[in-house]
Amino acid sequence: MFGKLTIEALPLYSAIAAGGAAVTVGGALLVAIVLTWLKAWKYLWTDWLTSVDHKRIGIMYIVLALIMLLRGFVDAIMMRAQQAMALNAGGYLPPEHFDQIFSSHGTIMIFFMAMPFMTGLINLIMPLQIGTRDVAFPWLNAVSLWLSAAGAALVMVSLVIGKFSTAGWTGYPPYSGIEYNPGVGVDYWIWAILISGVGSTMSGINFVVTILKRRAPGMTLMRMTPFTWTALCASVLMAFAFPAITVACGLLALDRLAGMHFFTNAHGGNMMNYANLFWIWGHPEVYILILPAFGIFSEVVATFSRKRLFGYESLVYATAAIAILSFTVWLHHFFTMGSSANVNAFFGVTTMIIAVPTGVKVFNWLLTMYRGRIDFHPSMMWSIGFIVTFVIGGMTGVLLAIPPADFLMHNTTFLVAHFHNMIIPGVLFGYLAGYMFWFPKAFGFELNRGWGLASFWCWLIGFYLAFMPLYLLGLKGMPRRMETYNDPTWQPYLMVAALGAVVVLCGIASMVIQIYVSIRDRKLTEDRTGDPFDGRTLEWSTSSPPPPYNFAVIPTVGDREPFLEAKKNGTAYRRPASYAPIRIPSNTPAGVILGGFAFVLGFAIVWHIWWLVIVSAIVMFITVIARSSDDNAEFTLSAGEVKRMEDERFRQLGSRA
Amino acid sequence: MEQHGLRNYLIGFVLAVVLSVIPFWLVATHALPPQRTLLIIGIAAVLQVLVHLRFFLHLNFTTTPKENLLALVFTALLIFIMVGGSFWIMFDLHQRMMT
Ligand code: HEM
Ligand SMILES: [Cu+2]
Repeated sequence: MFGKLTIEALPLYSAIAAGGAAVTVGGALLVAIVLTWLKAWKYLWTDWLTSVDHKRIGIMYIVLALIMLLRGFVDAIMMRAQQAMALNAGGYLPPEHFDQIFSSHGTIMIFFMAMPFMTGLINLIMPLQIGTRDVAFPWLNAVSLWLSAAGAALVMVSLVIGKFSTAGWTGYPPYSGIEYNPGVGVDYWIWAILISGVGSTMSGINFVVTILKRRAPGMTLMRMTPFTWTALCASVLMAFAFPAITVACGLLALDRLAGMHFFTNAHGGNMMNYANLFWIWGHPEVYILILPAFGIFSEVVATFSRKRLFGYESLVYATAAIAILSFTVWLHHFFTMGSSANVNAFFGVTTMIIAVPTGVKVFNWLLTMYRGRIDFHPSMMWSIGFIVTFVIGGMTGVLLAIPPADFLMHNTTFLVAHFHNMIIPGVLFGYLAGYMFWFPKAFGFELNRGWGLASFWCWLIGFYLAFMPLYLLGLKGMPRRMETYNDPTWQPYLMVAALGAVVVLCGIASMVIQIYVSIRDRKLTEDRTGDPFDGRTLEWSTSSPPPPYNFAVIPTVGDREPFLEAKKNGTAYRRPASYAPIRIPSNTPAGVILGGFAFVLGFAIVWHIWWLVIVSAIVMFITVIARSSDDNAEFTLSAGEVKRMEDERFRQLGSRA
Repeated sequence: MEQHGLRNYLIGFVLAVVLSVIPFWLVATHALPPQRTLLIIGIAAVLQVLVHLRFFLHLNFTTTPKENLLALVFTALLIFIMVGGSFWIMFDLHQRMMT
């Protein structure tokens, strides 16, 4: 009846595991109680969970990302605390538990923090920037969101029922195979990734079609904003790279469930092919994450320097070049696997080449700032912090691209320092810059600047304290993923790193306070014009938050910075002569239902509850068919209603119009 | 629409079935030595892709817009990199394991 699931699965074996479970369950209960108390369930259901509006889907993605950032950070600070005291088997975590923590930290940060954050920002802003009313496939968009949420929920549930994988975020066989890992942990990891990976593939396709087919008249490819360009390239990478990890994890699942031998040396399998397939996805993945962040930095730097972006064309070509080159370097993640010198040399050289277009971009941003009148908004500070710090990470990356050097540093904390040095300033700072930049667009009031700056400085200083010591430790030979060690000279470095994590904690606390303070003072920072930062591109020409249809009349574009141009010519904020009715996709519960049953399906496979697998598969199938054959998937907003909403907007603009 | 008529779909369907049955049959019956079985599976897979593009996605060189063909070329390039690269890497490893 319940497959492998018994009462044993509850984490009562250790106080720390039980505590983690209690916090998870308690947090969920607390949210439920608050929602009930506010009587917000109905509102949540009709206005958010069933929404297919790209702006709301974007916001929900970002909420998911911020929650998972908290969870991922708790894992991080637990590891830092453990390693700070782990000399000679000290510390408070048993090895089994420590292994689960680094595995869940890496998995969560990449798949359930960074991916949803990026997808959310693209969803929220890209359709506005290209002057369209929604993405090409609004319902598919909702399905992608709920599949990502289902994957995240599987990782969270593993805290309470059963255990998570101990095989790291990469899940290499043979260790992740059934022989060495008979428990449910690896299965949780596989199904979380498979389910959310399907969502990401579909998001990628959705964005590509939207950008290629839905641009406003006059917006040629070379008039698209840098963010839209990077979103396009990242989406192409998503559509092409994600199938590789889906195949790799799918084959691993078959090995584990059906007794197959794709990755076991017995019976002719080859575990090295797993590493190969995983990184065919894995390297493009890092560019999927960082390209949109590059786009955000480009927008932020131009806006707050009050200057046109320097070298737009070179930036576009650099982005496209990176996108293609990112498919030619994957072997640098397994130089030590035993390939011949020629193979290693080839991938080492391609890796060094990819640094060139990235370097071009740094000059684009620097020269945009040069002689600009810079406004040090928190988003601008994230960008400056990024440029300085990212260059250091880039240098260590080129160092690691030399195979003989990689042989020394591979699997040490030098590597851990390198990729955090790319991914925290590059990816996370970028998304946070975007979050603070576009927050007023999404909600109609600004985020508090002071707490934003406090958060920035804590993150920046905390980052240096937490990761610079790891470079040195790596050079001294400390391997990554160590639960304990016996070299007393390592401990001081690890204590500094732990201090760094505490400073980052202050940064996260500042972000939470920032949200509270900004909501409290929302009347003071209200954004009535929709254009708080003297913006340059189309998203700032709508109200904040934008109406459901984004643009009452689809704009015609004649410049790379159409809104700035319109403001200069005095054509901005002009009332159109008349309005036309607008078709809008109607809300549907099909997305949440699909995501909910995808979660049940994953859970049931993990625990081998086969009847439940069949039931949820059938429900999902029926949901798709039902929604696809629904002829009332859209409704019409009459011209009169559009006029009423637009009149309200012009009244708000009031004196300015 | 007529040119996408039922006949076309049926031809595509029959070809797709034939191209799937052959590899399954070869593997199930061990009719040929492994090396040759692999080769035939590979060829059948590539033909299968072409059948889908031609009969189900209606791609051809006269009526399909140029951008779509360009996208196809881009796809072919990426698949070449991924599959070709994997072959290179895995056969290189294989060789080093043998000697
Ligand atoms: C907030 C500050 C962060 C801290 C203090 C932190 C700390 C750590 C630590 C201690 C480890 C284990 C290192 C080891 O194996 O010895 C780790 C691993 C990792 N971190 Fe972070 N991290 C942070 C943020 C992030 C972010 C933002 C990402 C990605 C978006 C990330 C991705 C990873 C990955 C992929 C691993 C490898 C996990 C594995 O070994 O399987 N981390 N981090
Ligand atoms: Cu890489």
